[in-house]
Amino acid sequence: MNGEKPRLRWRLREAGLDGVTLLVLPGVLFVLALFIYPFLYGLGLSFHPAKGDWLANYRRFFSDPFLWRTIPTTLLIAAPVTVLNVVLSVPVALRVRRMRRQRLLTTILVIPITLGTVMVAEGLLTYLGPRGWLNRTLILFGIASGPVHLVHNYWGVMLSLLISGFPFTFLLTLSYVTGIDPSLEQAGAMLGARARQRFRHILLPLLAPGLAITLALAFVQAFTVFPSAILVGDPAGATRVISIAAYQAAYEQFDYSLASAIAMLMAGVQVVIIVALLGARSLLFRGPASSGKG
Amino acid sequence: MAPAPHDFRELRLDGVCRAFGHVNALHDVTLSVGRGEFVALVGPSGCGKSTALNCIAGLLQLSAGAIWLDDRRLDDVGPEDRGFGMVFQNYALFPHMTVRRNIGFGLAAQHRPKAEIARRVDEALALVRLAGHAEKLPGQLSGGQQQRVAIARAVVMEPPLVLMDEPLSNLDAKLRLEMRAEIRRIHSMLGCSTIYVTHDQEEALSLADRIVVLIDGRTRQIGTPEELYTAPANADVAEFMGYRNLVASDAEPAGDGVMVTVGGGRLPGTPMRPLGGRVVVAIRPDDLRPVLDGPIVATVEIAEYHGRDFYAVARAEDGTDLYFRSERRIAAGDTLRLGAPPARVLVYPA
Amino acid sequence: MPKSLQERLWALAVWALVAFFVVNLLAMIAAVLVNSFGTRWFNTWLPAGFTTQWYAFAWNEFGLPSILWVTVEVVGAVVVLSGLIGVPTAYAMARRSFPGRQAVMFLFLLPLLVPPITYGIPLATVLYQARLAGTIWGVILANLVPSVPFVILIMIPFVEQIDPRVEAAARVFGAGTGRLFVQVLVPLLTPGILAALLLVLVRTIAMFELTFLTAGSDSQTLVVALYYAVFAAGVRPGQSIDAMAVVYMVTTLIWLLIALRFVNPTQIVTRAKQ
Repeated sequence: MNGEKPRLRWRLREAGLDGVTLLVLPGVLFVLALFIYPFLYGLGLSFHPAKGDWLANYRRFFSDPFLWRTIPTTLLIAAPVTVLNVVLSVPVALRVRRMRRQRLLTTILVIPITLGTVMVAEGLLTYLGPRGWLNRTLILFGIASGPVHLVHNYWGVMLSLLISGFPFTFLLTLSYVTGIDPSLEQAGAMLGARARQRFRHILLPLLAPGLAITLALAFVQAFTVFPSAILVGDPAGATRVISIAAYQAAYEQFDYSLASAIAMLMAGVQVVIIVALLGARSLLFRGPASSGKG
Repeated sequence: MAPAPHDFRELRLDGVCRAFGHVNALHDVTLSVGRGEFVALVGPSGCGKSTALNCIAGLLQLSAGAIWLDDRRLDDVGPEDRGFGMVFQNYALFPHMTVRRNIGFGLAAQHRPKAEIARRVDEALALVRLAGHAEKLPGQLSGGQQQRVAIARAVVMEPPLVLMDEPLSNLDAKLRLEMRAEIRRIHSMLGCSTIYVTHDQEEALSLADRIVVLIDGRTRQIGTPEELYTAPANADVAEFMGYRNLVASDAEPAGDGVMVTVGGGRLPGTPMRPLGGRVVVAIRPDDLRPVLDGPIVATVEIAEYHGRDFYAVARAEDGTDLYFRSERRIAAGDTLRLGAPPARVLVYPA
Repeated sequence: MPKSLQERLWALAVWALVAFFVVNLLAMIAAVLVNSFGTRWFNTWLPAGFTTQWYAFAWNEFGLPSILWVTVEVVGAVVVLSGLIGVPTAYAMARRSFPGRQAVMFLFLLPLLVPPITYGIPLATVLYQARLAGTIWGVILANLVPSVPFVILIMIPFVEQIDPRVEAAARVFGAGTGRLFVQVLVPLLTPGILAALLLVLVRTIAMFELTFLTAGSDSQTLVVALYYAVFAAGVRPGQSIDAMAVVYMVTTLIWLLIALRFVNPTQIVTRAKQ
């Protein structure tokens, strides 16, 4: 029996299991305890409503227009702003890639991400308000005759998602664009392809898998917009997004079961969108975006 | 604008300069390449040879000077309108396209009929002996096969000029020799003018009709391989062309030649340019040999057996390290006498 | 490459777009800054006069001293704990390939991919059951959920770029595991640890959702207090809210500038890009 012990140890080590491997345990246990467990707990809780059978929460959500309408409302904000951010990011990233001093621009763009949505909301309230600088400028140049209402409505949330979302999609896109070997585009040019053809046939196909991921991440962020929907939006009407409904259920009606159900639905919509985007991605070319072995 | 015609007389670089910030990567390069000619641009790394190639390709704008194809000025024309073929150092094959689509890319960009594209791609595949690999992706090919695809893609358009940027540098030694022969074969079959950039003097000597040596962004010599090998124009070119023994000396006229001092010994040499005072003596290791009455006395430091002969370093009496070859067995510690034929002792002004 | 007119126009349009974005962004920040120092600002380009009184007002009225102290406690604890849990885990992930490694990797990616508001409500419910909701420890635990995986994912490539032979050499010369970690790995990993922890610091200062959902009235961080101030706008003068916003901005941006000395801005975003 004594001879078995070291051999088992060696076998485990060959399989990659030894003392060092055990170091993953704190991290794994932490994520299991504070991420996976709460999620499963919330899932279970959502099937134990205050009154009614186990599906009562979900039935209530889809029968109460005040609740189910939050999904189309959220999609109406998140989908256009995500697409807009990604579509704007691509040409800018392609241009910035050739810049020698990218650092200043990327630093400026990282500021709104760092400040976060609450700060951006307060900035927009001051800057876009009826007496703010933007409205003064618009009136000065005769673009508008009176103050344009850009906050406390749909457009306020759109703009806040544009300001905090564009830098995110841009920096992500830039990192994908810089991963494409520049000599591929040069090779295209040497073969007579115009800028438009090079974009269409070389850059876009190589960028597409990365763009699918960017689109998914950006969409998930926009879909869970929360503080700015309240602060610069119209939280009782046009920008009553799904996270507001979940928040109100938990912190105003103290119905944690319903709140969990809404959170699960939120996660469900995200999963559906991500699976759809990544499914589309798997149809695309996914090899390295550089050529050959060099 | 129509692509450049296949039959041109010459491509001419006229005082071409290119600066990056304050650094002059290319300084006043003037050169002409005739139809069907194979020209190698060589030089140590960082000498500006790739910059020169990119300027000709149109991938870099000139700081000054002009590029002409016969009487058509090219330097304001974009790379897509020059109609040249190019083989990139890393091949730059489109990783998401099959071999067939890679090779046919330029023809498709010109909206040629499908049947014509298919026929010409098949011809190009046959030329580089890759028929049967048409539907593979570049990632499924070996390095040598990728290289062949890159060449096929560059020549399928029948360009007047093919540019090659260190195409063999990513291959191992055996494959490099094989592909060198391939390139020579394809060039002789198609007869397209070629400008070939390399840092490997042996590659340039074996392939080119004419060699251009660039050092620090300036043209230092243009000549046939024989001229460069036997008579480098100056000490820098000599160093690049494998004249490993470069020794500072003084010179005294003696008959047709001069007498110089190398490693403490006096020996006759051939002046390559008008001399005055201090000189640099350049001798290839192949030309410096142990001889019984050689004027240089030296002690062998290192001797490497290279199969047919020995390659060795010896320290002369005055401390100079000299590189030479010996057919006779030698070992570290041996003291021997070295000499070289006067015609192979090249003397340049310092 | 020599460019055609069309390409030049296109480039111009792209730069105009970038300039428009940057100008509006900077103007937005400047507007908050100017307002926080203004006396009265009504229908003019600039306020009637300048004063620092709103900062004193915000300091007292919003209870900034205790909020700042809570923020320091929370951020400090999150940075230290996420480093202690994350770095060894990252080391094991980078050095060992064990069965289920892919699944563990996916486990670490999830909290970064799922937005906080989605798991924040169930998490707050669980913390409430554990009687931690509303306490500072509840806030710290909640903030650790995205921070620990973040440190792990940032550190893995840093560990991978250390040649394992360096460690083998240290072991051959008789270093035990503890000595190996302290004398060889930590010094080599310092740049990576510094980068990861600074990014955690910046992200935790700005983390609104998780803190908002788990904090009680005496465990609010600066960003949550700012939210309540903006939410209750009208109760207090707008300039005082902007003064508080400036305090928040300065706190965040100073750390951002420090962080940017060690990391590339794109790293802040591309944490989970796989």
